[in-house]
Amino acid sequence: MSTKTKKLIFKVTLTLAVIFVLIWCIFPFYWAVVSSLKPNIELFDPNPTLIPKNPTFSNYVKVFAERPFHVNIWNSIVVSGITTLTTLIFGSFAGYAIARLQMKGKAFVMALILSVSMFPQISILGSLFVILRKLGMINTYQGLILPYVAITLPLTTWILQNFFRDLPKEIEEAAAIDGCSRLRTLFQIVFPMSAPGLVATGLLTFITAWNEFLFAFTFMQKPEYYTVPVAIAMFAGRTQYEQPWGQLMAAAVIVTAPLVVLVLVFQNRIISGLSAGAVKG
Amino acid sequence: MKAKTKETVVAWGMVLPALLVISVIAFFPLFKTFYDSFFEFGLRPDIEKKFVGLKNYIDLFHDERFLATLKTTVIFTVVSVALETVFGLLIAVIVNQPFKFRGTVRAAMLIPWAIPTAISSQMWKWMFNDQGGIMTKFLEKLNIIEPGFPILGSPNTALWAIIAVDVWKTTPFMALLILAGLQLIPEELYEAARIDGANLLQRFTKITLPMLSSTIAVALIFRTLDALRVFDVVFIMTRGSVGTETLAVYNRVLLMDRAFTGAWFGYGSALSVIIFLLISIFAIIYIKSLKLKLD
Repeated sequence: MSTKTKKLIFKVTLTLAVIFVLIWCIFPFYWAVVSSLKPNIELFDPNPTLIPKNPTFSNYVKVFAERPFHVNIWNSIVVSGITTLTTLIFGSFAGYAIARLQMKGKAFVMALILSVSMFPQISILGSLFVILRKLGMINTYQGLILPYVAITLPLTTWILQNFFRDLPKEIEEAAAIDGCSRLRTLFQIVFPMSAPGLVATGLLTFITAWNEFLFAFTFMQKPEYYTVPVAIAMFAGRTQYEQPWGQLMAAAVIVTAPLVVLVLVFQNRIISGLSAGAVKG
Repeated sequence: MKAKTKETVVAWGMVLPALLVISVIAFFPLFKTFYDSFFEFGLRPDIEKKFVGLKNYIDLFHDERFLATLKTTVIFTVVSVALETVFGLLIAVIVNQPFKFRGTVRAAMLIPWAIPTAISSQMWKWMFNDQGGIMTKFLEKLNIIEPGFPILGSPNTALWAIIAVDVWKTTPFMALLILAGLQLIPEELYEAARIDGANLLQRFTKITLPMLSSTIAVALIFRTLDALRVFDVVFIMTRGSVGTETLAVYNRVLLMDRAFTGAWFGYGSALSVIIFLLISIFAIIYIKSLKLKLD
């Protein structure tokens, strides 16, 4: 075989493999979009088509008209938003102290915080439910935000302290000589310089909170408090036997599309943040 | 006050909020779960709390439902993590080649990971639907299943469908982690091997695999930790029916359903402790393999 044919075979194989990877990643989402645009009769067509024959937006209208889906979206935005802000503040404080300040037992504090990321959520689910019930926090935003802050803090603190460590020390030292206090240095110099790190960790936190199911499903027990994943998991039709798949897919697309856009826009930052969390030693 | 002491005070003040949250939300409940696992009681106020020592643990190992869920969890973990590692490695090698739109493809690989599991589980549940599901239709066309066969309703197929969804979701993510490791391998190594006449397969087994071993090991344990506590995908696709119930799904039934009708909360707590210990073993291996530097 000549090198030319060898190269051609390699190229064809590579192209096919890449197309396969693309279909793998995108098809389920694509199929949800297609199904959401199909009228109900078309959904159960014995020969389903890859493009809707008579596309309709009626499923999208029904998602908001027939159920409180906009309330669920609002719940998710509030819970994930406040979680992200709180985690970023607590995490950057802790991360900065560990990265820069004089403090005995630093390694122990970091280990303690990191160890929480290993906790299986199910192992604290029952006790946490009992505690939150005693505090009257079942079916409240704060009853979900607090646990989310706890589960997102370890990764946030870890990534941020790595990030702070890599910042040039000289600027902070100069600020200290000029009589700038530690806290002021943090807010006026360190945070602005860390914007990329804060955005990346903030995104990861937001996505984690937005996607969480087990806690939300257990601590939010009324449909008007459901977050998006719970509302979608508990999606029901008028009768027990009739699942409105078209509507369900429309709901899925509505809340997934912004995430897909977010991921496409911030892909580099997310990837570097993730690999910092999972593989950086 | 000396500057150093003052700085220490500031430092502790700064870690305090984080420590407070994880103490109240993670460590205290964990401690309480351990404590509760030695009692027999439920969440209804009329059930008296009774100390029973290790009875809950002993009973668990005679509980056939527990043993079945343990088996299911192990099968799920071993099969899905193995497939994810192999496919992840393969995909990482593919997208590490130079081709047009490489950036776009890599971004697309984040999509399965970014879609909430609760939502992608429903997407797949629809694709596996016995009436209009596209996967069901596809497998019918390939003559693998009878027309209208309920994939998610049959003990022989439901667990495999769930594993397929997990593999779909996690493989691209695994591939991206491995890809990060791949890009750290110096190109000169391949150059030298090529000059020495090593073929593609030899370069892969003699350079790529050994250089990647630590990345793969870390990703593998990381995934194992996740797979052992799997809940969302199983709960949403089958509610744990037809032999798909995993440890976490059974644990939630005990703590949140049965505990309101009978004295099952202590028993459920014992199962929570067992899951915690099981995962701790892998967590310790994980931490050891990372060789983290904390200070």
